Amino acid sequence: MISRRSFCKKSLLFAGGLAIPLSCLELFDPKRLLAEKDQKGPRWVFLVDTRKCVGCGFCVKGCKVENEVPYDANVTRTWVERYVVTTDGKTHIDSPKGARDGFPNKGIDIGHGKLEEIKDDDIDKAFFVPKLCNQCDNPPCVQVCPVGATYQTADGVVLIDRSWCIGCGYCIMGCPYGVRFFHPVFHVAEKCNFCYHRITKGMQTACVDSCAFGARRVGNLRDPEDPVTKVIMTERVNVLKEEYGTKPQVFYLGLSKEVK
Amino acid sequence: MKSHVWRPLFVVLVVIALVLVARTLLVPADFGVGARGYMYGWHRAGNEQQWKDMKVKYKTAAFCKDCHPDKYDEMKESPHRNINCENCHGPALNHPDDPKSLTIDRSRELCARCHTRLPYPNSGRGIMKGIDPKTHNVGLDCVTCHWPHDPRKEGHKK
Amino acid sequence: MVHGEAWTIKEFFTYPNEYIYWTIQIVMYPFMTGLVAGAFVLSSLYHVFGVKQLKGIARFSLVFSFALLPVAMLPLLMHLQQPLRGIEVMMTPHFTSAIAAFGIVFSTYGMIVASELWFVFRKHFVETALALKSIEGRSALQQGQYLLFSVLTLGAWDISHEALEADERAVKKLAAAGIPVACFLHGYAGFIFGSVKANALWMTPLMPVIFICSAVVSGIALCILTYILTMEIRKQLSRRRRLAHPELPSMEELKSAEAHVVAMTSRYLLMFMVAAITLELLDLIFRGYTAVKSWDILRSVIYERDFVNIFVVQYGLGNLVPFVLFLIPGLTIRRAVVGTVLVLLGVFMMRWNVVIGGQAFSSSFSGFMHYVLPLWPDNMETLKEGLVGALIVAGVPFCIFYVLNKVMPVFKETH
Repeated sequence: MISRRSFCKKSLLFAGGLAIPLSCLELFDPKRLLAEKDQKGPRWVFLVDTRKCVGCGFCVKGCKVENEVPYDANVTRTWVERYVVTTDGKTHIDSPKGARDGFPNKGIDIGHGKLEEIKDDDIDKAFFVPKLCNQCDNPPCVQVCPVGATYQTADGVVLIDRSWCIGCGYCIMGCPYGVRFFHPVFHVAEKCNFCYHRITKGMQTACVDSCAFGARRVGNLRDPEDPVTKVIMTERVNVLKEEYGTKPQVFYLGLSKEVK
Repeated sequence: MKSHVWRPLFVVLVVIALVLVARTLLVPADFGVGARGYMYGWHRAGNEQQWKDMKVKYKTAAFCKDCHPDKYDEMKESPHRNINCENCHGPALNHPDDPKSLTIDRSRELCARCHTRLPYPNSGRGIMKGIDPKTHNVGLDCVTCHWPHDPRKEGHKK
Repeated sequence: MVHGEAWTIKEFFTYPNEYIYWTIQIVMYPFMTGLVAGAFVLSSLYHVFGVKQLKGIARFSLVFSFALLPVAMLPLLMHLQQPLRGIEVMMTPHFTSAIAAFGIVFSTYGMIVASELWFVFRKHFVETALALKSIEGRSALQQGQYLLFSVLTLGAWDISHEALEADERAVKKLAAAGIPVACFLHGYAGFIFGSVKANALWMTPLMPVIFICSAVVSGIALCILTYILTMEIRKQLSRRRRLAHPELPSMEELKSAEAHVVAMTSRYLLMFMVAAITLELLDLIFRGYTAVKSWDILRSVIYERDFVNIFVVQYGLGNLVPFVLFLIPGLTIRRAVVGTVLVLLGVFMMRWNVVIGGQAFSSSFSGFMHYVLPLWPDNMETLKEGLVGALIVAGVPFCIFYVLNKVMPVFKETH
């Protein structure tokens, strides 16, 4: 028979014993958490006006140069998609080289170097959609990183620690938007970070600066006077793939149902 | 605990101790839970500064204006006023100190990014002035006839 | 060249950064952990549930499970872009990621199997060490062996009857503790895929259960196969040795023992196979019936692009044919070999169809990606993530088993 006294003693000992290895692991530090809660700084968001985009691809070029993504590598932090909806109800989509050189061909790139020609008269509507990292409020890529190499900062930008990433590719698999890839030089995960080195210096992102049409804008959601915030709050904006529960923070004006 | 049955457990405890020692040696001191909690903020704090320290390459027209006010003012009056200098002249990088670092792009392909005619109704592209680069003065640079800073003016004709 | 570009063919619209990032090594990884878990569960059936018929194969499958263990980690290391940083999974684990559990679960499991092996072979270690000790003027090799076996005893030299009984009790407890850990080890490999909400094919709560069932199937199949192969070798050896030592078991004795073990084990194989196929079909039917947004592209992948891989190779050759082979009465050794090889093929194809099939379509649901397995390596990348890399991973456990068998003789009667 076990006495109450010995039961209490043993369970206390057991709980204490469990607590020791947990403290060794030091995963949660409540003091640190408390100190960093209720941040007052910015929350960076992005606004894309698809009605203004003409598919010149200067944003892609600028991004690649600014962020040192090898120019000829077939990966890119941001890209532009072309949607051509024809009278037969079909949607033709392409993004040759991520639109680094714009859209030099009228034909739609359908993979392995082939182009599908579309007659001018068959086009019902056609438009361009710039894409970039959504800096989600619930970033699935961060959730699945096994080592804490990718994380979200207090201002909402998801960054990757190039010295800590093991290159497992789980974050690439976890992103529903396909924004992540392996950097061809550093061999770690890579993606758009809203030009973190620019926005934190009060500048615009490289893609925003290189857009001559005002299709791209970056702003601070915590500042009610920010023009981007005003548009998001007062106009009819949409986000991509809301059904994944990622709470994306890149907002779109003029988004169409064809957009993937 | 005198029984030999516990021997493997001792080995296991030694292994665990070794891993914990290795952790204290290998994990950077600033690794911890950040602003977004353990789920979204488990990281090495020093990395944020590393990203902030990255070099800015495109310095925007405001930077060019100081030394080239004439070009800047000409551009501001032209239909091309919204195009950044560095879109065609390349990123400023260390430009004033190292003038050669500029990579000016005068190619047809550059202009064709916007001015290839794409017949897209209800898109900004559809109403842009466009040509077919396959038939429009093939072989000539656009700047021969069109002055890029103000396309209403004539180009570099010799 | 970008990682993934060498073996990815894109068709129609895919996002520019989409490539087949998880390749053959990620197919090998669940396949190998499946073999580990399956082999362990098989040995536990004897140790815990006292299934006496499995006695002959229990010790063998335990050692084999241990030999497979380091190889479950190998494909991951070969797949990592930064293999030297792999240890970070233990250093700064981020437990919201399914992969982070790998370090903990894997080492827990490794320790359980190692401890269990220690209890099973302790008597052998002590006896060997004592025998070596008694040799006067040991050679350098013998001295080395003596040191090795002395260390392996961990200082527990007591092989009295009571001590050995304590060993057996410990084995039983460890085997019992090992079953949930083995299932967890593999179930979480299923969780790694099943929890990726961005991938329409992978995301299903059934994934871990499907993975465990097929893991047990493949583990048992491999144990039967390897058991048969080693028995064949022993038969050849005994034919020669019996001339000198007539007290060794005769050919007939070995043969009947072998047939008995194989017939017994294949029953368990069939049971787990039925469970695995049922769950897989349930998943497929459910997807077709509910037909959510992703079904259009999934259907074209499952029924058109991957039809041969899924329905002909995996379900047909890998499940149906061996099922019939094992069910026909009067199971012969030869038929068992064909059956188990086909089962292994089936489970491998199931992993392939999940891992590669899950990346066969773009997450834009508007395009496809085709994986071209690099056969001949022309650089480090295509070596690691191509046929050669997979063959290395497949071959290593047999080398490890060979070495382990020197220290822990699987076929020698100890207790």
